[in-house]
Amino acid sequence: MKKKDKVATRRDILKTLLKGGGYLGIGGLTWGAYLNEAKSEPMILRPPAAIDEEEFVKACVKCGTCVEACPYDTLRLGTPGDTKPVGMPYFVPREIACEMCPDIPCVPVCPSGALDINKVQTFDEKKQEKVLDINKAQMGVAIIDNESCIAFWGIQCDICYRACPLIDEAIKLEYTQNERTGKHAFLRPVVDNAVCTGCGLCENACVTEKASIRVLPRTLATGKAGDHYIKGWDKEDEKRMKEKEGEEQQEKVSDKALEYLNGDWEDLIDD
Amino acid sequence: MIKLLSQNKYLILRRITQSGILLLFIGGNYWGWNILKGDLSTANFFDLFHLSDPYMVIQTFAAGYILANDVLLGTLIILLFYTFIGGRSFCSWVCPMNIVTDVAVRIRKLLKLYQDDIKVPINRNFRYWILGLSIVVSAFAGIAAFELISPVSMLHRGLIYGMGFGWAAISVVFFFDIFVMQNGWCGYVCPLGGFYSLINRFSLFKVKHNHETCTACNKCLIVCPEKQVLLPYINKISIKIKGMECSNCGRCVDVCEDNALCFSLNNYKK
Repeated sequence: MKKKDKVATRRDILKTLLKGGGYLGIGGLTWGAYLNEAKSEPMILRPPAAIDEEEFVKACVKCGTCVEACPYDTLRLGTPGDTKPVGMPYFVPREIACEMCPDIPCVPVCPSGALDINKVQTFDEKKQEKVLDINKAQMGVAIIDNESCIAFWGIQCDICYRACPLIDEAIKLEYTQNERTGKHAFLRPVVDNAVCTGCGLCENACVTEKASIRVLPRTLATGKAGDHYIKGWDKEDEKRMKEKEGEEQQEKVSDKALEYLNGDWEDLIDD
Repeated sequence: MIKLLSQNKYLILRRITQSGILLLFIGGNYWGWNILKGDLSTANFFDLFHLSDPYMVIQTFAAGYILANDVLLGTLIILLFYTFIGGRSFCSWVCPMNIVTDVAVRIRKLLKLYQDDIKVPINRNFRYWILGLSIVVSAFAGIAAFELISPVSMLHRGLIYGMGFGWAAISVVFFFDIFVMQNGWCGYVCPLGGFYSLINRFSLFKVKHNHETCTACNKCLIVCPEKQVLLPYINKISIKIKGMECSNCGRCVDVCEDNALCFSLNNYKK
């Protein structure tokens, strides 16, 4: 097919450019909207040492080497149709929980930086070097539904407590008297949010039809007290107040509303 | 038999390479082989170093994340490798989607659905628009845009780790190539192929056409998935095919019965 000898006018070029721009705009908008929807899945548990979710979806190259490294087939890659961002690792504790391997095979193999080994390392004073410590992992937090948990009914069940790799640290038992019978005790499980790693062995072990103890991502399950509240009895926490005071004094220098009011009062008195 | 083999030499070699590489990846996951672990996005090669898809790295960079050194080094290796052997060699010698689209072409021919070039709704440069758009969308959405929807990685990852609903995207490509456009995905849409086209220029291997022995039988033009690279030269001038979309698949060399097409080394002086 021969192209016709026709000189494109400025009008033609503009028209073509704008038309192309229109197509690209519509395409880009749809594409972007889909991506924004697809990447924001709050209910997802990532491997240990995963960086913040928003950064994680950028950083993960979807190579699956962490999945290959996982000896328990806990980790799986998101596939189209399971409503998780495709190609990125996650786990479902009710099906297979994280077994908390001390050598953490899934983390060092990550080539992209999506799994940051520093997040599961502590400094060993004896060896004078960093050592792996899976107990530092923060995959999620276990939350107990005290309506369906049968231990809260008074039935003796401490399976989550016993399944917990950090027994008596991440899950403790709280003993109280059962006043209904007068002679039995409640053995209620209580989760320490600061210690819980979110491995999900408790959720996996829970005997109720739908697990009564479930692991949620930390961003969903934890709150934030804010700077107004300081533990006065805790020296470490008090430091936070002093830092904050420094900041606030700087702010007050430019507190113009108050100066303005005071100035007015002085004017009135002069009159 | 020997004639059949020699007439399909490059096709057979390509199928062996494609399925061999795929098998190494699958073995890496299921049987713990240590040769290639990962997938086409990033793979660990013999536990020595990584190999990474440069297009993925660029999208991730646009999304606002600089990947770790392992991946960046892997990208450099891949870029050098494909600059040397021809960027789009990836498409016909490695990419598993190539098998799917080649089967689609076969079926298309069996059904006698011939391409009517005038009615093709998009042109060959469409992939470069998608390529550019994917970078812009990555920047705005804060995530590697094409990686999340790519049927190529869905297929490859699916074969290694489990497919899920990925087969749906793959069948879309398959049926698009049969009923809508011949070589529609690889030849018009895929931005990964578009990216590799950009570094195809400096390839060491080029198809050489000898116009003197050519009898204008047009067999090469029928099989070529990127006809625009052959069309201006066949039976007109003797030349090394320089078109940036040539994927060095060697199909034209296979079908040529007049010794008018062969692989040759690039002459960088020209």
